Amino acid sequence: MKKLSARRRHPLAALVVLLLALAATGGLYAAFAPAEKAQADTSAQSLAIEEGKKLFAVGCSSCHGLDGQGSSDGPSLVGVGSAAVDFQVGTGRMPAQQSGAQVPSKKVVYSQAQIDQLAAYVASLGPGPVAPTKEQYTSTDPNDVAKGGELFRTNCAQCHNFAGKGGALTKGKYAPTLENTSPKHIYEAMQTGPQNMPSFPDTTMPEEQKKQIVAFVSHTNDEPSPGGLSLGSLGPVTEGLFGWIFALGALIVTAIWVAAHTTKAKKS
Amino acid sequence: MSHEMSDEKLPESHGSEGHEAAVHGDPFADPGLPAHEPRRTDIDERAAKRAERQVSLLFIVSMLATVGFIASYVAIDIDKIVYIFPLGHVSALNFALGMTLGVALFCIGAGAVHWARTLMSDHEIPAERHPIEADDELRADVIEQFKTGAAESGFGRRKMLRNTLIGSMALVPLSGVVLLRDLGPLPEDKLAHTGWEVATPAKPLKLINMNTNEPMKPEDIVTGSLTFAKPEGLEEDQEFFQEQIAKDALMIIRIAPEDLKDRKSADLGFEGILAYSKICTHVGCPISLYEQQTHHALCPCHQSTFDLADGARVIFGPAGHPLPQLKITTDEKGFLVATGDFQEPVGPSYWERP
Amino acid sequence: MSTANSATSGASKPASTRAKPANKFEAAADWTDGRLGIYTLAKSNLRKIFPDHWSFMLGEICLYTFIIIILTGVYLTLFFKPSMAETVYHGTYAPLNGIRMSEAYASTMDISFEVRGGLLIRQIHHWAAIVFVAAMLVHMMRVFFTGAFRKPREINWLFGAGLLFLGMFDGFMGYSLPDDLLSGTGIRFMEGAILAVPLVGTYLQFFLYGGQFPGTDIVPRFFTIHVLLIPGIMLGLLVAHLILVFYHKHTQFAGPGRTEKNVVGMPLMPVYMAKAGGFFFLVFGVIAAASAIATVNPIWAYGPYRPDQVSTDAQPDWYMGFSEGLIRVMPGWEIRAWGHTLNLGVFIPLMVFPLVLMAIWVYPFIEAWVTGDKREHHIADRPRNAPVRTGFGAAWISLYVLLLIGGGNDLLATHLHLSINSITYFVRVGFFVVPVLTFFITKRWCLGLQRRDKDKVLHGRESGVIKRLPHGEFVEIHEQLPQDKLYKLTAHEQPQPLELPAEVDENGVARKAGPIAKTRAKLSEAFYGEGGQIAKPTAEEHHEITSGHGHH
Repeated sequence: MKKLSARRRHPLAALVVLLLALAATGGLYAAFAPAEKAQADTSAQSLAIEEGKKLFAVGCSSCHGLDGQGSSDGPSLVGVGSAAVDFQVGTGRMPAQQSGAQVPSKKVVYSQAQIDQLAAYVASLGPGPVAPTKEQYTSTDPNDVAKGGELFRTNCAQCHNFAGKGGALTKGKYAPTLENTSPKHIYEAMQTGPQNMPSFPDTTMPEEQKKQIVAFVSHTNDEPSPGGLSLGSLGPVTEGLFGWIFALGALIVTAIWVAAHTTKAKKS
Repeated sequence: MSHEMSDEKLPESHGSEGHEAAVHGDPFADPGLPAHEPRRTDIDERAAKRAERQVSLLFIVSMLATVGFIASYVAIDIDKIVYIFPLGHVSALNFALGMTLGVALFCIGAGAVHWARTLMSDHEIPAERHPIEADDELRADVIEQFKTGAAESGFGRRKMLRNTLIGSMALVPLSGVVLLRDLGPLPEDKLAHTGWEVATPAKPLKLINMNTNEPMKPEDIVTGSLTFAKPEGLEEDQEFFQEQIAKDALMIIRIAPEDLKDRKSADLGFEGILAYSKICTHVGCPISLYEQQTHHALCPCHQSTFDLADGARVIFGPAGHPLPQLKITTDEKGFLVATGDFQEPVGPSYWERP
Repeated sequence: MSTANSATSGASKPASTRAKPANKFEAAADWTDGRLGIYTLAKSNLRKIFPDHWSFMLGEICLYTFIIIILTGVYLTLFFKPSMAETVYHGTYAPLNGIRMSEAYASTMDISFEVRGGLLIRQIHHWAAIVFVAAMLVHMMRVFFTGAFRKPREINWLFGAGLLFLGMFDGFMGYSLPDDLLSGTGIRFMEGAILAVPLVGTYLQFFLYGGQFPGTDIVPRFFTIHVLLIPGIMLGLLVAHLILVFYHKHTQFAGPGRTEKNVVGMPLMPVYMAKAGGFFFLVFGVIAAASAIATVNPIWAYGPYRPDQVSTDAQPDWYMGFSEGLIRVMPGWEIRAWGHTLNLGVFIPLMVFPLVLMAIWVYPFIEAWVTGDKREHHIADRPRNAPVRTGFGAAWISLYVLLLIGGGNDLLATHLHLSINSITYFVRVGFFVVPVLTFFITKRWCLGLQRRDKDKVLHGRESGVIKRLPHGEFVEIHEQLPQDKLYKLTAHEQPQPLELPAEVDENGVARKAGPIAKTRAKLSEAFYGEGGQIAKPTAEEHHEITSGHGHH
């Protein structure tokens, strides 16, 4: 253990890991890809990696290093996997603009095809969480919402609030709202743990449960609010503001009318 | 106390003799109640008729709204959702019932007030105030009566009678206090132990993942991940699940060994895997806002912040001491286990806590 | 007479001395009067005079929301099951299907989703509670700033303050009953707070919860306290409060014809019966409409309570917000010695919480002592004419609002892009600084307004007409105020500061003023001395200016 961690810092370590990873990826492909299509897929894959590498050199390497090995401005991307790239670039967090407590999501600058190429390149640097397929994050079982709800309250609500509206963390950091986050990105965030969010890897939260959580969040985002305005689903603070400003406000306006003197026929 | 402010020192209180004062040339004298000025409805019968119609209209609207309320109750399905601008998608029944009831009530009120404002007399009437205090004669009379009564009772004279009465009155509420004893059991040292106490090095207790309800192996716990756990054998449908999970809940994280700042805490963990109590030491909220880069955990209730890389030291907020940590290791099959209870009581502090 | 009659002639019935009633209504009234004495009661009350002012109706908002809460609360008890027995949900709300929860939570779900109109009544109950406490606070502020707590109304001030305190606690208990994730977090907080009490805390907690947290007793016990014990006490206090309002007669603002010895306004029958009675329906209507428009406490979204789950934005209802602020900004002080732990981080806020409220309760008695004023007061002060009192009130409100900010620090952080830590540090410093600053600013402001009033009285109001004087100067013509305005602006009395008794009494014996007497004189000087008020214009000043020396 000790020995390994010492050698991790070795300049050639990244290269070794990369080679190992490439070998592993290739091996996996050989094992799983259908035999006839393997040739075509591999060449398409290597083309994507090639394109991704070019995009990476232009848009990412200034912070993450020419080979994604990281620098003082950005972490190493070896082993973060395609899911992390798809999340970070797909939500516009990357490329980051200015430093602050936290990198916010913003307008996406790459097309999905370009993001896939970048993801393919970064995935080729080392094995990591793979961006999910549509089947992985799309629930078909109606019971998933309830199960996802319970998992959400155990694992997510403490930061993202009971309805996924987000919340405060320390020193200006925050858990963002999930209102406009796509199911795929929610799934990827759980896989990879972007920025200060912890990850929920498949070993402790199986794929099936991530799908259930995504189902709950999607349901909550589209859920009607039976009682009327949801007031942001932020709990008693906004309720108190509404009660003071609108309810008590309306009552005081009414009281002013009740107590006012009726206009006289002659204005003196 | 020293002297009281005497009446002579204060400016004269304004009496009703304002008119006289004005005669003496006081520019600030009370001019007295202004003469009553009529409203439109007082002098114009047409205006009064119009006001009458307005009031009746309000009452009629109220009746219609009540009919609407009953109709909504009968006709609208309870789970029907409609889109109402600008509220969004809301329950049709709740909105219909609330608005009709609101209108029905509001119109009764508005009608009554409009009636009072336009058609009832608006002559301002002065009513005299009388001092709350009784005059001296009455006061003396009452005190005299009381003294007579007190003397007749013998309360002051018969000391034994008085003292035993006071004694019995003081004692009798104790029965009520005694009756409260069975509200709950005595605390003993219950707060000092958790469900993990049955674990021993010889008979360790597995950590069960809250999500999967399965035991975990160290390789399952990735650096930067967050997992919640409970003791083996504790199930949701058991009678005392809520009491148990309120103390036993664990937060499992893994920190790269070089980031660990506290030797003792690292030793309680297993290869950088640390098992902290999920219950905040401030007032017991499940603290779990874990920032994996800073290794800080924030409580959502009162923002106590703990540095999990440094033995859960309190670095901000109202908590008074670190989160207790559970010593973990692996059993012969490679599962994460606890070999004993927490080193100290979990949750908020209490007087008997050592 | 009737006895004489029956003695002489056995045939005639014993008759009442009363004249024959004119109609059935009078007959019924006579019957009732014969048993309840209603005529005597009505004589002094039927034409009872109430002065008109919108701020005098704030108390009515409290009264009416209280009635609404009782009406809707009774309805809710018909469906609510105050039990913590576990059940598995299989109702119409799909996202909770198959989830374990308590009977209390499940029955609240049923009220919201299975009982027609149940959601509306729940929301009316909750919105009315939020408005009830808010209206009590505003009503209390009105009474405070106008000095309406002075003799003879101090005891009613105490009753009112008691109602505020009880209302807050009853609201907190009600919020705790549905056993949802938010309310359970509140009950958990309460456990921690009770445990922080030295010596007896642990015992109190075990007795209140019937054992370890959460147990199965707390919801049924809170239910009894929430629906019976506290409302019962509140009803008693409320009746006493209203009886005293009737007995003292309402205060009024200074104005022509309005003196300390009368009350000017409209009679109860018919004007105030229509206005106050109508206002009940207006209040109920507004609350019902609010409950159709806005969700309050969506317990289905929170989920059922489990001690290992939590959602961020965990706050109590607004009226507990200032105690939440105290808890959040308090540093984590803890003393461990001799085998015991004293949790000051929780215990100090727990003690400061009632002190903040107590400060305002005891104020009438402090002011009465400082002024030494023993007379009755029925003319309401304009806040500017009591700058020190107004400053205290404003300082108290600023402290209250600051603590509310502390209690909502997480939402403030996310919505204004601030750091929770900075907000907390700000509130910690502000706790000591903000009220002091507010006091001085408000006091100066009041003095400024007093100066403006004085100016208006002496120089009249600006007419907007510009005149050119013969030598070319332009001046604006000031118009003298009418008599009623002059009276209104000068009607207030200006107490003089107390003086220490002479060092030597009339017999030549030295008499030293004690420290209490000295403090009192100092306080009195601060209230009414040179810096405490602007001397109001005198008749001489007015005469000098208006007797034709022209404008300055």
